[in-house]
Amino acid sequence: MWEHYEHGADIGVRGFGATKAEAFEQAALAMTAVVADPAAVAPLEGVAIECQAPDDEMLLAQWLNCLIYEMSVRRMLFSKFDVRVENAKLSAEAWGEAVDAARHHPAVEVKGATYTTLRVARHGDGWVAQTVVDV
Amino acid sequence: MELGLFKRRSDYEWEIAQQGAMRVPAIIYASEALMRDMDHKVYEQVVNVATLPGIVKASYAMPDAHWGYGFPIGGVAAFDPDAGGVVSGGGVGFDISCGVRCLRTGLKRPDVMKVQKELAHELSRSIPAGLGSTGAIRLGESEMDAMLAGGARWAVQRGWGAPEDLERIEEQGQMKHAKPGKVSPQAKKRQRDEMGTLGSGNHYLEVQEVTAVFDQDIASIFELKEGDIAVMIHCGSRGLGHQIGTEYLKAMAINAARYGIRLPDRELACAPINSEVGQDYLGAMRAAINCALANRQILTHLLRKVMREFLPQANLQLLYDVSHNTCKVEEHQGRQLYVHRKGATRAFGPGHPDIPQPLRAAGQPVLIGGSMGTGSYVLAGTRQSEALAFSSACHGAGRAMSRHQALKTWQGRKVVDDLAARGILIKSPSMRGVAEEAPEAYKDVSAVVDSADAAGLARKVARLEPLICIKG
Repeated sequence: MWEHYEHGADIGVRGFGATKAEAFEQAALAMTAVVADPAAVAPLEGVAIECQAPDDEMLLAQWLNCLIYEMSVRRMLFSKFDVRVENAKLSAEAWGEAVDAARHHPAVEVKGATYTTLRVARHGDGWVAQTVVDV
Repeated sequence: MELGLFKRRSDYEWEIAQQGAMRVPAIIYASEALMRDMDHKVYEQVVNVATLPGIVKASYAMPDAHWGYGFPIGGVAAFDPDAGGVVSGGGVGFDISCGVRCLRTGLKRPDVMKVQKELAHELSRSIPAGLGSTGAIRLGESEMDAMLAGGARWAVQRGWGAPEDLERIEEQGQMKHAKPGKVSPQAKKRQRDEMGTLGSGNHYLEVQEVTAVFDQDIASIFELKEGDIAVMIHCGSRGLGHQIGTEYLKAMAINAARYGIRLPDRELACAPINSEVGQDYLGAMRAAINCALANRQILTHLLRKVMREFLPQANLQLLYDVSHNTCKVEEHQGRQLYVHRKGATRAFGPGHPDIPQPLRAAGQPVLIGGSMGTGSYVLAGTRQSEALAFSSACHGAGRAMSRHQALKTWQGRKVVDDLAARGILIKSPSMRGVAEEAPEAYKDVSAVVDSADAAGLARKVARLEPLICIKG
């Protein structure tokens, strides 16, 4: 499950999951939804992503920034994610397809994931992972 | 915002006295109405900036201030390197050197209206805009470094523009002391085929008509008359700048403790100017400024090509090019200071040696982009702005409503149709993007400009309204 939340000039992305990794996957899906409808993005091509950071929260920002980089240089959108998190190290695969302006109607490009309202924490029985992305 | 938190120093100046960890006071310039509507986060952020090491005089916010990343958008702060002063990635922003360029055309409204539809169509075909669009220029490794060191000067040498364009750009088109070697391979890769692209979000190219002149003397020096046609381009350093902003934000956050900096908010991540991380960031950020200047220069070249085809009598000359996300070394009160302007425009007053000779008597042109379909303004720097906020002014309207809310409130198609009914043609690859940028989602740009004028930050010169808008 994911949702967007308000930030004056930009937009917040929030993912919920049974595990931290799942919350990271859902936050990534929320980020795709800032650009286009994730349901319209076919998971045709997989990209491997690895990153690390000093703590969980910076790892979330780093994960989203790695995705933004791949979206930018490959001109792709992603709609399916498989994330593993261990000891502040993340390895993942992201599946998606090339941007098709006529089909995806991309609204904006995401410039970067910020540290504003950045939070990775226990939430009920599961986890929440959130931050604001600059568009 | 709760006005009781401030000491009102004049109708347009609101002070937060130095308290707690603040090293200097904080000052917001705005009318009472703008202050009441302003996000409380601006208060927190302008106070947080005042706690940073080496800050000089005060932490400032402009009339269009809103909630940013660490620094408020519309924030201005100067740091002294000899007093432990810092440089902050958040104080510059992700879109390094995002800015506005204004060109005079020598045309009048009827010239454009005769070919409005065809011109709008051809501009939308020729100016790459929106996510996934690419430019026609591919940069190899050595050309990339030449661009990052040379800025608009590099672009002109490659044939994109005329040498006389350069004197009408801040830094004469080339930011000195750029270090392309401090820009990561990833940042360069993101830029490989993004030269000469507009980007998305609030970026645009607009054909505009001068609809009002407020200061005849300055307007005549700027060669702007009512009924004249001008073009404004708003965009920045594209993927390269975003990647640099991202990477150095992380490096500064990780290293802050090592430099003994206590951050009230991680987003305020910064490094001493006299440190390795600080110097590396400055070198990379200056390279990104050059990228933005080169990008706006190439877009100008594409614009001139289209205009020649439809309106061969047009003569597109630069009025000026300003960047509103920067950190620059400037002399203020006899000291070399590192002035951060995040969503704020430099506004040197009359006589300043950095203003091009033909404009010097009037003050530096300050170019304020409004929201799509409303209006933009040209202002001029004032002498008193130096004492008020290190010669700085506002940069735009500022959002009044989140993208989220805008999307729920408007439909892109209807926004386009409503503006067309008012004679304004919008071209955009994304109707959703148009809805998120609906004019009503922004603050009233006139109120922001009136506050800047009344506070003395810059003098109002002319208002321009769009006839064609190419949205990213």
